[in-house]
Amino acid sequence: MRYSHASKALVLSAALALTLTACGGGTPEESANGGSEGDATKVITANTTEPQNGLLPANTNEVGGGRVMDMIFTGLVSYDAKGKPVNEIAESIDTKDSQNYTIKLAPGHTFSDGSPVTAASFVDAWNFGAAAKNAQLNSYFFESIKGYKEVSAENAKTEKMEGLKIVDDNTFTVELSQPESDFPLRLGYTAFMPLPEAAFKDPKAYGEAPVSNGPYKLTEWNHDVNLKLEVNESYEGPRKAANGGIDFKVYQSTESAYQDIMAGNLDVLDQIPPSALANYESDLGDRSVNAPYAGNATITISGYLDHFKQGEEGNLRRAAISRSIDRQQIIDKVYFGGKVKAEEFTAPVLEGYNADIPGSEVLDFDADAAKKLWDEANAIESWGDSEEFSIGYNVDGAGNKEFVEAVANQVKNTLGINAVAKPYTSFKALRDDVTKKKMTGAHRSGWQADYPSMYNFLGALYGTGAGSNDGDYSNKDFDNKLKEGLAATDPAEGAKIFNESQEILFKDLPAIPLWYQAVQGGWSENVSNVEFGWNGVPIYNAITGK
Amino acid sequence: MLAFTLKRFLQLIPVFIGATLLVYFLVFATPGDPISALSGGKPMTPAVESALRAQYNLDQPFWVQYGLYLKNLVTLDLGMSFSGQEVRDLLARAFPVTARLAVMALAIEAVFGIFFGVIAGMRKGKAFDSTVLILSLIVIAVPTFVLGFVLQFVVGVKLEWAKPTVSGGAGWGELILPAVVLGLVSFAYVLRLTRTSIIENKQADYVRTATAKGLSRGRVINVHILRNSLIPVVTFLGADLGSLMGGAIVTEGIFNVPGVGNLLYRAILKGETPTVVAVVGVLVIVFVLANLIVDMLYALLDPRIRYA
Repeated sequence: MRYSHASKALVLSAALALTLTACGGGTPEESANGGSEGDATKVITANTTEPQNGLLPANTNEVGGGRVMDMIFTGLVSYDAKGKPVNEIAESIDTKDSQNYTIKLAPGHTFSDGSPVTAASFVDAWNFGAAAKNAQLNSYFFESIKGYKEVSAENAKTEKMEGLKIVDDNTFTVELSQPESDFPLRLGYTAFMPLPEAAFKDPKAYGEAPVSNGPYKLTEWNHDVNLKLEVNESYEGPRKAANGGIDFKVYQSTESAYQDIMAGNLDVLDQIPPSALANYESDLGDRSVNAPYAGNATITISGYLDHFKQGEEGNLRRAAISRSIDRQQIIDKVYFGGKVKAEEFTAPVLEGYNADIPGSEVLDFDADAAKKLWDEANAIESWGDSEEFSIGYNVDGAGNKEFVEAVANQVKNTLGINAVAKPYTSFKALRDDVTKKKMTGAHRSGWQADYPSMYNFLGALYGTGAGSNDGDYSNKDFDNKLKEGLAATDPAEGAKIFNESQEILFKDLPAIPLWYQAVQGGWSENVSNVEFGWNGVPIYNAITGK
Repeated sequence: MLAFTLKRFLQLIPVFIGATLLVYFLVFATPGDPISALSGGKPMTPAVESALRAQYNLDQPFWVQYGLYLKNLVTLDLGMSFSGQEVRDLLARAFPVTARLAVMALAIEAVFGIFFGVIAGMRKGKAFDSTVLILSLIVIAVPTFVLGFVLQFVVGVKLEWAKPTVSGGAGWGELILPAVVLGLVSFAYVLRLTRTSIIENKQADYVRTATAKGLSRGRVINVHILRNSLIPVVTFLGADLGSLMGGAIVTEGIFNVPGVGNLLYRAILKGETPTVVAVVGVLVIVFVLANLIVDMLYALLDPRIRYA
């Protein structure tokens, strides 16, 4: 999912949030098996934003379209509430070397128009998503597959990736260009969904009214108004609908959605507006939730800035700034005691998460240590009195101003330097300066996981030359550790190596982690069994009427 | 009259071209690259990026972009939004909703504003007049979003007389509450304008003459005083129609009305030039036409005004 414009703010403590989630309702499996009572015929209404593109798997890269895609499509695997992959269409995904995969499909799955889901449905869809001429936004998701370079180049001569081979109707093989142990983890992401043959004839028309294979099918899309989903009776899998359908209502602001929740005019809301954060608990009582999800907020100080180049001086200064930020105070004051202080570079809901990686004390507030580090840096090269340290943020995201100003103030007070918050008029204005490497200071950043894997954070953000490596960070030792982690055949072993790679990040601080994101949501009196998943999105298919 | 109308219609052409050129340039000049923002901070392969850039003519210099836009405009092709939809369709969905909202707000402010304005004007200095003056001052002083949220909460959540937000169809009935919020501030202005104008005309010679002739009080007020007092009010209402259509962003946001204000707001944030220019273009036409109607109403209200 795209990196959030607005910071989702929160109120409860994490511990309490976890308890709430735990009693929040049954897991999808339980509900599907009738484990929890509730009206299975009710059509659930839920908030969304207008999907930014037609509903094609490889072109949906934001939450508005993503949540709909997750419900109407199903891939080889899907994620359960904890982010663990569960087989859907896949019968087995086998590999001996983390580079060559043999994927067997469970036979009998169909699209909602009756056509079968075959190996070709996947291979063709992936090739379509990767090919340059189709200009799909998620194209880069296929970059690990052998032959991606050839199909994604401008004026590409071929449209079929060499690494994908159909063996028979229910089997295909994937060859990656290097071993990547977390490849199977990615297969539940929207970009990897299958497409029926009809999709390729007129992708644009298909994106308006997709024929799909998920727990639901899209029956109506009134742009800027709503998307209506009906239960797909032909779906067989772990996410079978426990309700009578979903009506996604498009909201322009979460404020109005919140009023609708209070009036019972909307069933599920996945974001409490900032104006209601102080009182949503008393408004909604046990019909609200506050749970961490796989996303974080950071501050990036690009390595091309004077005084902050990769090396001793830059590392000392970044560490000094990190230690001068009292994260818990901002969480308490700005977010009403909500977000969870960051202990490393990924997110706590991921498998392999470790809060005690050596070097992580650099994320703890310590004014004396911060000043000492800053003075050490000054001994290498002095910081002039007239110099300014700015932190850029986009004003069109709710809550950004408040937290960035708080951080700037803390840095200013602790280090006694001229630290300021620098506003950008819009997200696009900020991104423009970031991607063109024209920043004159630090900037707010953050990541929301696309799929539940530490590598999705570490590789995409800090790998040399990686697409979202805003700070131009490059460290050979780190790259090697990443490679090593990817090559591991055991996911637990891989996670251990990824955590070792974070020890390097703690020294270099290519970004300064602040806190983990959490979702604050609420629901009406008309529904039960509401639970939020690892990515902060409600598990819509498990919700029932009262 | 016909020549006058025609002349005004012809004036529309340079106004339209000037306005679109200006708006096109302003969006062009805003900082930031809309294509890189489309990826939401995630990477984008160079091939995808250049394909998208070419699709929206963003790889061309300003004059070429604008020229292509005008060229397509002639064939009524308003371009595509970044979501791959025809801007024409976006307008066709949003404008009827906003038009309903604006017309209803205009009706509310006109009917109630003039009605109470006349009574207050005729009873200048009395208790009713003072009360209305103070109340209207309060309405003007309170920001629209406060009024909106309070009404939404009281009527929609507490009393449950109406749903807090508008459903997809945004029919007349559902739009009453948003229209009241939207029209409330202008209502106060119309009221005060009518009142002042009535007080002024009450003293006029022709009113005294009409009363001396023995005409009924109702006829004196409605035909002689009111009709002559309406010119400034009508001028205000005409200009207000345009503002109501383009400036309803706050109200539309509160009641989740899928109208023009929000379409425009989102398009500006995304840097989606074709949408911004098309919306502003239509609004310009609405403004010009509303003013034309106002001018023609002058002649109707005051026989001394003639258009040759």
